[in-house]
Amino acid sequence: MLKTTVLHPVHREAGAKLVEFGGWEMPLHYGSQIEEHHAVRRSAGMFDVSHMRAVEVLGADAQAFLRAALANDVAKLRDPGRALYSCMLNERGGVVDDLIVYFLGDGTYRIVVNAGTADKDVGWLARLAAGRAVSLVERTDLAMIAVQGPEARSCAGQAFPGLQAVAETLRPFSAAFHRDWLVARTGYTGEDGFEIMLPGPLATLAWAALARAGVRPCGLGARDTLRLEAGMNLYGQDMDEDTSPLEAGLAWTIDLKSPRDFVGRAALEGASPTLALRGLVLRDPGVLRSHQRVRAAQGDGLTTSGTFSPTLGRSIALARVPAAVESGDTVAVEIRGKWLTALVAPYPFVRHGQSRVDAYLK
Amino acid sequence: MIKTPQELKYAKTHEWVRQEADGTAVVGITDFAQEALGDIVFLELPEVGRKVKAGEACAVVESVKAASDIYAPLSGEIVAANSDLADALERVNQDAYAAWLFKVKPSNAAAELGGLLDAAGYAAAADAAK
Repeated sequence: MLKTTVLHPVHREAGAKLVEFGGWEMPLHYGSQIEEHHAVRRSAGMFDVSHMRAVEVLGADAQAFLRAALANDVAKLRDPGRALYSCMLNERGGVVDDLIVYFLGDGTYRIVVNAGTADKDVGWLARLAAGRAVSLVERTDLAMIAVQGPEARSCAGQAFPGLQAVAETLRPFSAAFHRDWLVARTGYTGEDGFEIMLPGPLATLAWAALARAGVRPCGLGARDTLRLEAGMNLYGQDMDEDTSPLEAGLAWTIDLKSPRDFVGRAALEGASPTLALRGLVLRDPGVLRSHQRVRAAQGDGLTTSGTFSPTLGRSIALARVPAAVESGDTVAVEIRGKWLTALVAPYPFVRHGQSRVDAYLK
Repeated sequence: MIKTPQELKYAKTHEWVRQEADGTAVVGITDFAQEALGDIVFLELPEVGRKVKAGEACAVVESVKAASDIYAPLSGEIVAANSDLADALERVNQDAYAAWLFKVKPSNAAAELGGLLDAAGYAAAADAAK
């Protein structure tokens, strides 16, 4: 039996194509995935992300606990409202999950983890928390709506006039409460916008208000093409428990500067990564997908995510290849038995509506 | 609501076939297929002159979701491929029965046409595949 979010009836009513994702029945698209993608790049779109799990970490030891549990350092979050992206590692230095942690005040953090791994994550955190003065509170009472796109903030201000001040002043990667709504200027699309956590019973009204303000409902299909254009990893695809974050383009999220110990630190410090995550742009006609073989002069690799990029009109991918492979190199990718030509390109491929890889498209 | 025009024949593999007065057969993918695939982003068509056998994979449709082989519903020679579609792939999603992919000059039509489904038979098969 698949789980459903509080907005499920709204998606059904809107004629969404529903698919299984991480144990949930979620909208894939509401008609056209590509049009939804363009709406986010050009104006504003919204995603029901209520399947993701919000977990509060509360107590006198909350900071010390998270500094030990997460590979990025929550001590960087000095002011309430600041947010941080981090991996949670196992002892082998593999990725248990990636998440965003919001600092809400002394002894109060809220983390948001992936839907498909939520139960595993909470179990993992609970084991690490044993004997510490922290409690974990799963906020399954909350709904989450991501409003993304160049017009997302103004649309949100229009939909919820009480939110206007927040909408105008909130800095990127920060969050603020508006009554019991937590509004964060974060997202998974490479565009400006908000992720709003609000009481579940209000989600249907909020969704309708955003729709009236001109925000287009978007499904998981567009969410995937948007995040891949933005060069953002997807857990389970670009990294997992057997992948080092250092070989998944996530070295920037691992804080080895602070002297604290964290789960996985010893394994990472002892490792010498030989692979790296690189962007690919397909030169030949076709579409890159995950798990396609890559041949480079420096050795073989594998695509981890691939798609057709609606913004570029080309196929793009992330691929784990020998670390010596560099932007500008030509590689071959096996697509349905044929070896096609791709160019290694830096990612993000697209940011704020603009291609960043024009030089690699010619 | 999935459309299955009465006047067409259908393959179980989700191609439609329209018999033309000149004896050729026009082939495309069904409304059910385009709906299941989602937005189509790439098409690889067979070369004109290629000889195909019924059931042989001879074209590829890639959508935002996945790649799918398109099978020749009838044996024969490919006499035309709709290369105009390459710049307007959304037409396959908008009207799958207008956006034809290729034409076959059948070599064994009498025997093979009977193996195709009529609209009601295909609608039932598609419904079961949901």
